[in-house]
Amino acid sequence: MAMRIQTAGSDSPQIINGHYAIEARNLRVYYGNFLAVKNVNLQIPRQKITALIGPSGCGKSTMLRAFNRMNELVPAARTEGEILYNAVNIYDPDIDPVEVRRHIGMVFQKPNPFPKSIYENVAWGARINGYKGNMDELVFEALHQAALWDEVKDKLHQSGLSLSGGQQQRLCIARAIAVKPDIILMDEPASALDPIATLRIEELMKELAKEYTIIVVTHNMQQAARVSDYTAFFSLDERDRAGILIEYGPTKKLFTNPENKITEDYITGRFG
Amino acid sequence: MSRISHKDTNRLDVAGFTPNLKRRHRVGKFWLGIFRLATLVGIVALATLLFNIADGAFGYVAIENKVDPGTLAVNGVALEDLSEEELTRILKENISAGLFRRLESEKPFSERSQLDIYNLVMERVVQPRVVQQWSLKDSLLHSAAIKAEAARDYPDAKLQFKSWLNKDFLRNPQSAKAEQAGVRTAILGSLWTVGIAILFAFPIGVGGAIYLEEYAGDNAINRIIRTNINNLAGVPSIIYGILGLAILVRALEPLTSGALFGYTDPTTANGRTILSAGLTLGLLILPMVIINAQEAIRAVPNSLRQASFGLGATRWQTVWHHVLPNAMPGILTGTILAISRAMGETAPLVVIGASTFINQDPNGLFSKFTTLPIQIYQWTSRPQDVFRNIAAAAIIVLVMLLLSLNATAIILRNRLSRRLD
Repeated sequence: MAMRIQTAGSDSPQIINGHYAIEARNLRVYYGNFLAVKNVNLQIPRQKITALIGPSGCGKSTMLRAFNRMNELVPAARTEGEILYNAVNIYDPDIDPVEVRRHIGMVFQKPNPFPKSIYENVAWGARINGYKGNMDELVFEALHQAALWDEVKDKLHQSGLSLSGGQQQRLCIARAIAVKPDIILMDEPASALDPIATLRIEELMKELAKEYTIIVVTHNMQQAARVSDYTAFFSLDERDRAGILIEYGPTKKLFTNPENKITEDYITGRFG
Repeated sequence: MSRISHKDTNRLDVAGFTPNLKRRHRVGKFWLGIFRLATLVGIVALATLLFNIADGAFGYVAIENKVDPGTLAVNGVALEDLSEEELTRILKENISAGLFRRLESEKPFSERSQLDIYNLVMERVVQPRVVQQWSLKDSLLHSAAIKAEAARDYPDAKLQFKSWLNKDFLRNPQSAKAEQAGVRTAILGSLWTVGIAILFAFPIGVGGAIYLEEYAGDNAINRIIRTNINNLAGVPSIIYGILGLAILVRALEPLTSGALFGYTDPTTANGRTILSAGLTLGLLILPMVIINAQEAIRAVPNSLRQASFGLGATRWQTVWHHVLPNAMPGILTGTILAISRAMGETAPLVVIGASTFINQDPNGLFSKFTTLPIQIYQWTSRPQDVFRNIAAAAIIVLVMLLLSLNATAIILRNRLSRRLD
């Protein structure tokens, strides 16, 4: 199979796909017979932070994982509809999910560094993806971009698990950007961290958005309001308990002047 | 005033709650007593076992020599320090010409070592014989009575405190005489068979576990396979012996006897070889290895797999770089258990035809074999008391061998898990 996914640097996808980094079209995700996410249409703009918010169980994490086919690791998960990335449907049978995940990286809720050295944590992903350049430089760049370099430069060969929770999460971000992705998916990246570490992650996200497209799931509405440029609000369809997209727009507008009554109830804390 | 006072629950009485703190503490103490008792029973059982073994392996013996080794000394040089030539001469003078020729034809004396010839002199000329032996308990508690008894009943014998477990016991091959019998053949046989079993079962078991845990889906066939592997681990070992006899020894005889590879040793009895024994033990421990490896692989946190997949790793890269290294300490723990099991197995080896008496070291896959448990089993079933003593010594050797193998594996495991943190 020829590699059909191209990086952001190539010209044609930019033209075809306009300013969207990735786009969901009529997406439905099932777990067995249970419909978790229903008919979602969502366009994620390039080099912006898009937040997915909503009450528990509304399918926002499922939605996030649909963007790099991580849902497929769950047995019995099934996806219908399309996700267009550089004008290619990543659910096309010809597309290898391994290739998708290299371009669309992921940072998880709980910091999960590999039980290897800090250096190895960053270098491993690049190495298995066939990176042939100067590894030391790549590790430096990734750690520097993740605002971790100054804290770890003297202990690169200590275990990644020896770091604090916030540092571990930044190490995971460094690990994700070391494979040069286009898009970084973040699944509640700060929910396991203390307020100060959370703040540092938020600052880091804003910094990274200059270069990467970021999609972040968060439970914390203040966080969504603070960091994101666009916000998508998900909720449950009362009839079949499936997650649906209620409202999507610039964060400022969604939080100050929501169009939908449910959105307003949620952001004002009346439910959720 | 504090509402809680010592040992007084009445003050805390609230409607609906019956005071029961005393009873709860009593129940707790009762169960603590039960747990202590259980531990005590275990310790007593273990201590009894160790005492029993030691009781047989050490103690006074009365030894009678047919010829006093002192009379064989030449010019004041003790028998064991004589040269090969002098020992050969002594042997020639004291045994029949026919026997001497037979020994010469087995292996020329000019090629035999000094120790070898010395052992022949001891065996054929001096002929030390244990006429009576006493247990360790009696030797320690009633040594005066033993000395009196020995002086009365065996005036020609020398009374000495003997450890049946000694250097010669480890070094000598099997012998019909308990005094000269050793466990070298059995130790080597045990190491060969267990080594083959592990080489067979470890890669196959770990490979199967990886497939079942990381690749196989959750469908009916795979569930049946998983359940049956669990059942196989509980099948009595003698069944594996019958399997080994039917398939490895009989059906695959050309392979297991080595005939297929042009290995034709007339002393090798068909397929009853080290290879058959090792593979039978390998089949026996395979389910154990698979189950333990499965457990270890399942214990690797899913977050590591997700992190790996999230970076664009393939399933194989995830398994090789993350799942296996993290599961390895657990897999090795399971393998340690499997080694211990294989080391102690007797029944399947009896079925596939372990030799009860060989004094030749195993020298390859197609040798005849015996193992330590076989040797112990065989010695304990002999009528003469003295074989019980060397069986006890052999048990100590077996336990030591197990301990040292386990210790090696534990060190290996700890080193691996330290590297991961």
